[in-house]
Amino acid sequence: MTEAKLMKGNEALAEAAILAGCDAYFGYPITPQSEVLEYLAREMPKHNRLVMQAESEIASINMVYGAAGAGFRSMTSSSSPGISLMQEGISYLAGAELPCLIVNVNRAGPGLGTIQPGQGDYFQSVKGGGHGDYKMIVLAPASVQEMADFVFLGFDLADKYRNPVLILSDGAIGQMMEKVVFQPYTNPKVDKSSWATTGKLKTRERNFVTSLFIQPERMEVHNLKLEAKFKQIRENEVRFEEINTADAEYIFVAYGLSARICQKAMDIAREKGIKIGLFRPICLYPYPYKRLEELAPQVKFMLSVELNSGQMVEDVQLAVKGKVPVKFYGKMGGLLPTPEEIVNELEKLIANHHAN
Amino acid sequence: MQTEEHLLPETSTEVHVQGCQADEYEMVYHKPSTLVDVNMHYCPGCAHSLAHKLLMEVVEEMDIQDKTIGIAPVGCSVFAYDYMNIDMQEAAHGRAAAVATAVKRLMPEKYVFTYQGDGDLAAIGIAETLHAVNRGENILIVFLNNAVYGMTSGQMAPTTLPGMKTTTSPDGRDTGFYGAPIKVAELMAVLPGAYYVTRQTVHNSNAVRKTKKALQNALNYQKLKKGTCFVEIIGNCPSNWKMTPTESSKFIEEEMVKAFPVGDIKVPKVEKL
Repeated sequence: MTEAKLMKGNEALAEAAILAGCDAYFGYPITPQSEVLEYLAREMPKHNRLVMQAESEIASINMVYGAAGAGFRSMTSSSSPGISLMQEGISYLAGAELPCLIVNVNRAGPGLGTIQPGQGDYFQSVKGGGHGDYKMIVLAPASVQEMADFVFLGFDLADKYRNPVLILSDGAIGQMMEKVVFQPYTNPKVDKSSWATTGKLKTRERNFVTSLFIQPERMEVHNLKLEAKFKQIRENEVRFEEINTADAEYIFVAYGLSARICQKAMDIAREKGIKIGLFRPICLYPYPYKRLEELAPQVKFMLSVELNSGQMVEDVQLAVKGKVPVKFYGKMGGLLPTPEEIVNELEKLIANHHAN
Repeated sequence: MQTEEHLLPETSTEVHVQGCQADEYEMVYHKPSTLVDVNMHYCPGCAHSLAHKLLMEVVEEMDIQDKTIGIAPVGCSVFAYDYMNIDMQEAAHGRAAAVATAVKRLMPEKYVFTYQGDGDLAAIGIAETLHAVNRGENILIVFLNNAVYGMTSGQMAPTTLPGMKTTTSPDGRDTGFYGAPIKVAELMAVLPGAYYVTRQTVHNSNAVRKTKKALQNALNYQKLKKGTCFVEIIGNCPSNWKMTPTESSKFIEEEMVKAFPVGDIKVPKVEKL
């Protein structure tokens, strides 16, 4: 399985789910990620795995809850409006500490929006889209290869922390075809018998899966336990990539598809003699605040490039703590900026910076 | 200082009669081992405690405690997992049938049931319920219909009777405005995936026996993997009906069963248990 294949992002992700030993997938058709459900509907039965088309995204996420609660490796995928419908279920999964993988192939919004790529679900993904205090680990692939790799990583992190993990992709990464190499997945299955509902044996107390703690004192204990877990996640799971940051006077901060476009923009700008680097958060939660703060003193400004009206830029601002200016360039409505547009914006900002 | 409580026998099953050995007596009743020995939070006269007990008696008698997984709803019976001594999951409001679908599909040899009230099942969760039954999920759905939202203290439900006063229909349910109560069991019975559909009550001892029989049938039918078993139980809710428990039983006899006729609605023809 180590030869390179040419695949769509959504299909690479689906194939990786099978390789990662996903026991159950539940989904509902929505563009631009229906290929995941279609691929798995065709392939999962061949591996004796469960695949079901649910009656709604609400049913999908609650089926994931049931499967995860019974100790099975389970996942769902959808796109923005469908992910909105799942927010209640995601909150329950986090509250009940159930591991699972959720994939959002982000389209542009709000409302029904459009089916083209967007990054407007950043806040929803990283700040807790559902009710209550919880966090998901959020992985942002920037290539078809990462669509596959992050499935392995995502399932492992979900089991490690007993927490839902979100892959935040977008319509372009999901739809485009690229080379992908599937590494063999050999990690052993995690023993979930101490909490999974598989039938009460005489040798143990009953297991129950719940997020309900009616006594406020008990609720606080549970919330503090969750918070301790999120702190551990913040300490251990920060992931990012840096290109040309060593000598950079300016830094693009971008994730996913935007990072791909910025990489090209960086090459063009470098040819023009502009010392610009690229900082790509791979985990959007936990966010690489510390590293961005370290980079702040060496640069004149940072430019957050996103396919939205300015969401991650707030985290960049939080990271640099006012040490350097943080600029924003965004494009919405499913439209993508060309690398040249980004370079033009960069040059304008540099000119303004020197004028002030 | 010793209080009166300390003078009571430690467990309720111990029998001490002067001059007699306990084993000379035949045990005629005991709390099922499948019920956790704690006080329930249910109001006096509430049908939930009885329905819980009947269901757990059946699980004990069938000796399937280690093979049974229950899904609790949101509503008065949200704490069902505090009382039923089996593995359970607490589902989001209305989603028990979706949760149960996954559990049963992944563990087809286990016995899986949902336990839901009328707000949970018939209002917010009607889609999940209808699709699960239509798919013929091999699960038991226990539907406790007491015609009101109990836990939130007596609001109108989809099954509230015409003219019935609740906190959100203070002048009585206006069917011109809100429609008529949904006959959920009849609705489920028309779906091809429904295998056994019945409606019972627990307001007198005869009814209790019939309900227990229905639950026995349903869990036994689950072995056949022929589809969904749906047991609706018309339940007393004296607190929210503003009645005494006795009055609430009379209300069931005189009013509830008119809107919700009691008896089997869909019975398998061929298989014998």
